[in-house]
Amino acid sequence: MPDTLAPPANDSLPLGLRSELRFLTCGSVDDGKSTLIGRLIHDASGLLDDQIASLRNDSRRFGTTDDEIDFALLLDGLEAEREQGITIDVAYRFFTTPRRAFVVADTPGHQQYTRNMATGASNAELAVLLVDARKGLLEQTRRHAAIVSLLGIRHVVLAVNKIDLVDFSQARFREIEAAFTAFAEPLAFHSVVSIPLSATLGDNIAKSSPRMPWYAGPPLLAHLETVETDLEAAEAPTRFPVQWVNRPNADFRGFTGTVASGRVAVGDKVVVAGSGRLSTVARIVSFERDLAEASAGRSVTLTLADDVDVIRGDVLADPKSRPTVARRFAADLVWMDETPAILGKRFLLKIGSATVPATIRRVTDTLDVDTLQRAPAAQLNLNAIGRVEIESTVPVAFDPYAENRQTGAFILIDRSTLRTAAAGMVVEGLDGGRDVHRHAETITPALRAEAKGQQPLVVWFTGLPGSGKSTIANIVERKLAALGRQTMLLDGDNLRQGLNADLGFDAPARAENVRRVGEVAKLMADAGLITIVALVSPFRADRVRAGTLLPEGSFLEVFVDTPYEVCRQRDPKGLYGKADQGKVINLTGRDQAYEPPESPALVLRTVELDADQAADRVVELVLEKCRHL
Amino acid sequence: MSPPAVAVLTTRTDPPVPVPAGRSGLSPHLQRLEDEAIHILREVVAEFAKPVMLYSVGKDSSVMLHLARKAFFPAPPPFPFLHIASGWDFRAVVEHRDRMAAEYGLELLVRTNEEAALAGVNPFDTDTGEYSRLMLTETLKEALDSHGFDAAFGGGRRDEEKARAKERIFSHRGAGHVWDPRNQRPELWRLFNTRLAPGDTMRVFPLSNWTETDVWTYIQVEAIPIVPLYLAAERRVVERDGALIAVDDHRLRLLPGEKEMTRSVRFRTLGCWPLTGAVESSATDVGGVIAELLDSRSSERQGRLVDGASQASMERKKKEGYF
Repeated sequence: MPDTLAPPANDSLPLGLRSELRFLTCGSVDDGKSTLIGRLIHDASGLLDDQIASLRNDSRRFGTTDDEIDFALLLDGLEAEREQGITIDVAYRFFTTPRRAFVVADTPGHQQYTRNMATGASNAELAVLLVDARKGLLEQTRRHAAIVSLLGIRHVVLAVNKIDLVDFSQARFREIEAAFTAFAEPLAFHSVVSIPLSATLGDNIAKSSPRMPWYAGPPLLAHLETVETDLEAAEAPTRFPVQWVNRPNADFRGFTGTVASGRVAVGDKVVVAGSGRLSTVARIVSFERDLAEASAGRSVTLTLADDVDVIRGDVLADPKSRPTVARRFAADLVWMDETPAILGKRFLLKIGSATVPATIRRVTDTLDVDTLQRAPAAQLNLNAIGRVEIESTVPVAFDPYAENRQTGAFILIDRSTLRTAAAGMVVEGLDGGRDVHRHAETITPALRAEAKGQQPLVVWFTGLPGSGKSTIANIVERKLAALGRQTMLLDGDNLRQGLNADLGFDAPARAENVRRVGEVAKLMADAGLITIVALVSPFRADRVRAGTLLPEGSFLEVFVDTPYEVCRQRDPKGLYGKADQGKVINLTGRDQAYEPPESPALVLRTVELDADQAADRVVELVLEKCRHL
Repeated sequence: MSPPAVAVLTTRTDPPVPVPAGRSGLSPHLQRLEDEAIHILREVVAEFAKPVMLYSVGKDSSVMLHLARKAFFPAPPPFPFLHIASGWDFRAVVEHRDRMAAEYGLELLVRTNEEAALAGVNPFDTDTGEYSRLMLTETLKEALDSHGFDAAFGGGRRDEEKARAKERIFSHRGAGHVWDPRNQRPELWRLFNTRLAPGDTMRVFPLSNWTETDVWTYIQVEAIPIVPLYLAAERRVVERDGALIAVDDHRLRLLPGEKEMTRSVRFRTLGCWPLTGAVESSATDVGGVIAELLDSRSSERQGRLVDGASQASMERKKKEGYF
């Protein structure tokens, strides 16, 4: 008889204090996830006689455990899966102890089913990650831990299963535990509890195993019964996405919805996030009687003291701690569709109770869940996880997912197939406002460069006045633009009319001139541009300093090597003439020394090349550098 | 068990004195299930053009009806209730249905496959699977199509059966109401994808995460009216294929060797009476049912002969468009 189930008490609330935990199990193929859940259900005595009979039948037909009951067959629900011996989808199972009711999502171990794992994780408060004690951490285990973390689960159990097959070895357990602790360090879990167990034999499932006296922690079931996981939503700022306006007659206008986070109480000031209109909670209406307050998770109906305009999709919030309202935001996506995520494709964005048209403006990178490193990417394929920028047609209210799992979550619906194409988690708003400075560094120069689809470079033309720097630089920019490159030209003469208008031509002023242009060139390169500088920059040390601001190999010094006499003869700006008349002083080459580069990337001898030919050489160099960097 | 009268709306000049939250009789677990179900009910009303609630009059339907009255209060549930009657429904079920509809002012639709009945389809002579398909599944599909309902609530729970355990809360059905278990939409957070292509429909299961124990405990705490057949009473039964079949009316044909007898029985589920087995019981109130349930060693669908035919019969039936 199920002695672990609470017998009904004599009062009217037999199970009145029972709480609930929703968790998911994940691990690699054959780690024994389904067996573990079957064992938990069995040990909590939730298994009924006809289910056991059916299980015995199934075990004979499909089982992998000889004559023993194969607990895994409890979970693999669909006919096709039973025959293939794999779980292909999320299965939900239920069991109960006196303290808690459990909802278990069993999710598959196969790599191609990342979407199912994300699905199970989105509504779970805890994850049980299974590891085979013989195999240790596998790529799949790391992948699952990363997805679990990304989906905001903060409590993890590392279940080191099949410990019986390594002779209940403490050393082996500690080794796996240490490896996982090291891997999981950046994943921001609040609790990680490692338990050595055997799902098949029942060791450390419901009862502490006498065969592992060295393990002092709780058995799995005891931990699941007591772990506290529900504090975050209750403590976050108040959010109430309005789900449906209940207006049965002219005298009643109620706003129905589920409190996403925090709590609402009668008399609370609230703001309609989108419009900024303020009001006060007048009543919290429920079927039996009015409530004084309602906390996160409660589905209630509010009335407001003022006649403010509120519709489905609006979010009522604490005026002192408001959500971001923006059209553009950065987000992590778990891509769930066969059709890859590409720029400009149109979707329906469902966030809270709002559904609005939106597009992916940029694919920034993908997350390699094995190394937790991000790498530039142009698209997201099925089961990829990546960072994108989303733009909606109208502003929507949200919080970063890291702060709020309800108001920071969204889905993208493909407008043609109507499939759910992605699970999304907001990183930050991009329209300015409260989050703009906080995570500014998350978009790196490399990500900007990737977004522009090019390798940023600084091409620095140096040479005497009148040597042809500006002329060639202009042609180079036109040619690169024609090739689809994104460029910026910084011309010394032009900059002296604005940024450097305060500087003269003596040696210190020239050094400052070069320093400023070098800094601007670096910013331009950080923005992802191929930046072309045309500047006399006579002193070697100043040019070297400008070069050190940039990553190795992305500063190309181009020496426009035109002899002094030729420059003087061309004198396109009349400088040499004016200098001869004493109207210009400190002219480089005439009055000041010019220090030619020692090892320029390119030398252009303009007495041998015309400007167009010289520009072609530079473009060739740029394209070659882009290929190699 | 005295449910409030039909939700007639009155202007309240003095709001009732608020009471602190958490004083309702629901455990945190049941409160969460209730809140989740109410959220789902409202989501459907907000997002679909023409929803309907399947009302089988059973205990799960009774819970759904109760949740619908809560979700939209002070308005009445803003959708009709559809009962697919096979013609072999327990009399007590029909009585309860009509009483609830009258008491709560529900818009009740009843649909029966008269054509099949006239053609002689009945639970005794027709193959059970075929009977179920014609009288229930086909009738349901026809009713949904003829009214143009785009979403239909059902009382299915994931703990009932393995195929249900993998079905989404919002279960997308393609043309012909077919369920494709390998092509289900991922269901994330509380963000349900409710979009439908022309010809598609949605089945929605607000009680997906409830167990049989949850349903009974909720019925008890909320004092929800249920069909008396769920409680033990002396009833006329015959034993057939190891099950106790109620003699609900004169149409039961006794087979050789069968004898009517009187037993204290109750039903765990209310299908067509000739196909629904009773269990011997002394539970004359809901508390007693829960006590027996916690002590029970068989799952509730065991009483249904319809499901017994094949291991995966539910999966097949769902693919055909069954709930």
